[in-house]
Amino acid sequence: MTRRVRKIFFLLSAAALVWVFFLAYSPLAPFGYVQSKYGDMVNAITVPERHITDAVTAVNFDVRGFDTLGEEFILFTSVMGVLLLMRRQKDEPAGDHEDKAADRMIPPASDAVRVTSLLLIAPTVLFGLYIVTHGQVTPGGGFQGGVILSTAPLLLYLCADYRPFRRAVPQRLIEASEAFGAAAYILIGGACVALGGLFLQNSLPLGQSGSLTSGGMVPFINLGVGLEVSGGLSLALLVYLEELLEEKEQ
Amino acid sequence: MSETILQAGILIFVAAGGTAVVFNREPLSQAMVVSFYGLLLGIMFFVFQAPDVGLSQIVVGAVALPLMILLVLARVKKQGRKSD
Amino acid sequence: MSYLPYAVAAWLFIVGLYGVISSRNLIHLVICVGVIQSSSYVLLLSIGYRAGRVAPIFADIPANTLAVDPIVQALMLTDIVVEVTVIALLLSLAVQIHKRHGTLNPDRLMKVSG
Repeated sequence: MTRRVRKIFFLLSAAALVWVFFLAYSPLAPFGYVQSKYGDMVNAITVPERHITDAVTAVNFDVRGFDTLGEEFILFTSVMGVLLLMRRQKDEPAGDHEDKAADRMIPPASDAVRVTSLLLIAPTVLFGLYIVTHGQVTPGGGFQGGVILSTAPLLLYLCADYRPFRRAVPQRLIEASEAFGAAAYILIGGACVALGGLFLQNSLPLGQSGSLTSGGMVPFINLGVGLEVSGGLSLALLVYLEELLEEKEQ
Repeated sequence: MSETILQAGILIFVAAGGTAVVFNREPLSQAMVVSFYGLLLGIMFFVFQAPDVGLSQIVVGAVALPLMILLVLARVKKQGRKSD
Repeated sequence: MSYLPYAVAAWLFIVGLYGVISSRNLIHLVICVGVIQSSSYVLLLSIGYRAGRVAPIFADIPANTLAVDPIVQALMLTDIVVEVTVIALLLSLAVQIHKRHGTLNPDRLMKVSG
């Protein structure tokens, strides 16, 4: 298909899309006045019945906890896909491996960058852990905190060179923690069954609203998701870095 | 009233940002524009009373995503230099 | 204002689709898929918003305060984090294609395989 044909095809389908959008949006109430009972119902039960003060976390890990399990596994599978694809393939041309520009230098990081990133590592880890563990109280949770935690290894890379960085980062441990984080979700669901409830039915003691231990199983799921997300993202970033720098080091 | 103006303003900025991302054909500068667009989306979530989502979007859109694009670009560039 | 968010969502979808169709670089294409996805955020956000209400965080306000819809926000939250890993997967596919065919231009790829 030539570019011209493709563009005509696009214009036709864009016109059709605009029509479909118009049909879909015109029966909607104006912005700010859409009605939905379910949101108000969740808002009404989240504090009295679940002792969770962040309604979004309550929806994600309690009301529709089973769906989030599925979404977490999309993440898990994509990370597996990245690892598989970025690994050196068997049938790759062998000549590909030698770097003809091996003498070029990657400019070393300045001392200011090194010191700043060294100083930032501890606050980053602390902040990530805070966000993960306070998901049921304030905005945050395993997904956001996990992404923050996954930037810590990169700060370490910025303050050390590649080799010391590889030695310092325990890749096996990250892999194991990712797998454990993914398994923890299912294990917590199983624990709920063992305690006499249904799968992922919140049957742990609910605790005092607004405290670190409130929300029954929710903080535990958040910890598991935090492990899984931080492990998965840092693994993906690690293989990208590895692809980029390993050959030069050989 | 002022809230409405703020919301309309950020929506127009988001629309313009998305357009800028698409029409920027140079991948390296596109990575920078994507980071800015991620920040705009994050601000939009805060303005529309969704702090949870805003936090998620800021860490992902302004940090993780541009970083990945940059790493992949560097990888592809290195390969390209070899095959020349 | 009352229909502007819906228009922005539609615009982002169409402009992203245009980017995908006219792209000459697979990395650019993957980023355009991300723009299409952001249109769903704008739509979900504007459906969940209620005029004059507060964010659904009851940490320091009374539990019966009227708040915006938390369900669509929960949908977006996981969507964003899942999106970034899916984009990572697509980018690594692009790297593999470049390794095997030496090009990232979809037009030239068509010639290579055809």
